[in-house]
Amino acid sequence: MKIASKVYMGLVYLLLYAPILVIAVFSFNQGDSTSVMDGFSFRWYAELFRKPDLFEALKNSLLLALSSALLATVIGTLAAVGLARMRKKWLKSSVNAVTNIPMMNPEIVTGISMMLLFVFISNRVLGNIEVNLGFFTLLIAHVTFNLPYVILSVSPKLRQLDKFLPEAAQDLGCPPLKSFFLVELPNIMSGVVSGFIMAFTLSLDDFVISLFNGGDNFTTLPVLIYNYTKKPVKPDIYALFTIIVITILLLLVLSNLASSRDEKKKARAKK
Amino acid sequence: MKIKSFFSRCAAAPHIVWSVLFIVAPLLFVLYYALTDANGAFTLDNLFALSDYGETFFLSISLSLIATVICILVGYPMAYFISRAKPSRQPLLLMAALVPMWINLLIRTFSMMAILDDGGLINTLLGTNFHIVGTKGAVIFGMVYDFLPYMILPIYTVISKMDKRVLEAASDLGCNHFEVLTRVVLPLSRSGIISGVTMVFVPSISTFYISQKLGGGTFELIGDTIERQFANPLTYNVGAAISLVMMVLILISMAIMNKFADPDAEGGMLP
Repeated sequence: MKIASKVYMGLVYLLLYAPILVIAVFSFNQGDSTSVMDGFSFRWYAELFRKPDLFEALKNSLLLALSSALLATVIGTLAAVGLARMRKKWLKSSVNAVTNIPMMNPEIVTGISMMLLFVFISNRVLGNIEVNLGFFTLLIAHVTFNLPYVILSVSPKLRQLDKFLPEAAQDLGCPPLKSFFLVELPNIMSGVVSGFIMAFTLSLDDFVISLFNGGDNFTTLPVLIYNYTKKPVKPDIYALFTIIVITILLLLVLSNLASSRDEKKKARAKK
Repeated sequence: MKIKSFFSRCAAAPHIVWSVLFIVAPLLFVLYYALTDANGAFTLDNLFALSDYGETFFLSISLSLIATVICILVGYPMAYFISRAKPSRQPLLLMAALVPMWINLLIRTFSMMAILDDGGLINTLLGTNFHIVGTKGAVIFGMVYDFLPYMILPIYTVISKMDKRVLEAASDLGCNHFEVLTRVVLPLSRSGIISGVTMVFVPSISTFYISQKLGGGTFELIGDTIERQFANPLTYNVGAAISLVMMVLILISMAIMNKFADPDAEGGMLP
């Protein structure tokens, strides 16, 4: 039983990682082929540096992820605070229901629904035939699908917070806005930060919604990868994938180390 | 009783305005485009045109249902074995099963090509000439590979939160290992399975990249059809109608699923 379960787990891990390993191996191919190994080389990695569109797309993706995550974090944190204090039950539950729509809907529906809004405004309201999709339409789309995740990570922290704490601050003469920054925000900061990180990664990773709302003027990295893989690829794309996967693995290891060190610190503080 | 401040009354306002503008309005535009023709006149033609896509709908539903069932069959034992491992090793084992979630779907799907393609790893290793890419099996395989972690996570969350005393009680009362699993653990993990099913089924039924790549362009799924309609401004209306029907189908199936869910238990992506 023990051995059988280990073999089973091994097979599932193999299924999950084998394809990525194959990509990594062939990214070092000397030849042009993605199926026959012709000796080891870094030439496809060097090739990546001769792709200006790649760096442009990376820059676009980072800019979009940073700005949409910042905006979503501000709006979402305020929303979580407002929702926690909302007395009207019907309003609260309907806001929550609407907020969760982008999480439940298929991405393609969220993507095309926003695109139709932009198309309608530009065709029928502004009277342009060409729809001007680009950074701002993408920003709106990304903030929209990031909002529920920010609210979801801030709200539990607000529930844990002693609700008399801000009241005490205000009784002692602190104005509400100041008490938010001095009392509540420091206590919910971990939720705000994890909401921001989540929004940042989701935005960086998004492909479907960006495909419909980005147009040709503002290409993000996933959309560029989509365009690359429409044609038969050379190992340079494999090299790109390998770099991306290694970056993700490094970041995951780093964040895990940081959080386990955090926990150890807390455990020591308790003793 | 504290007097509500202006700040706390307005904190959620930006979010409410944003949600109305960019979540509710876009969905109304899907409805509007689905019920009008290219000139904006009311028509039901787009909905009647859907009968041409009956086969596509049927194919998408069947492929994603099969993929979801395979994900349960593969993912449940995986989640169960991880939860049975030494507590100190569980975080690492779980992490290893979830890392692929962080890697972009395009990269994961494309690396599947490196394995299954005519000149891919399987054919090279076996010296065979199977045409796997282009079959429905390859698309199902791709869906399972891409979305399996989304099944493992909620099931693991539910199993690991289960009260161990209940399981002990079952074995004290004469259940063997297998009976504990089928008569206690399995029914108690229903809510985890249900959230896993939604998290696998929704992206599977709406995918277009997996079917484009691993289906080799030999057949279309709903996602492909929608993407194709939105590449051309003249067919936005039909595309909106197809999206509308898909959204309604998904909402209905989620409502049915939630009927089966255990309202007390929690299982999902977010803690």
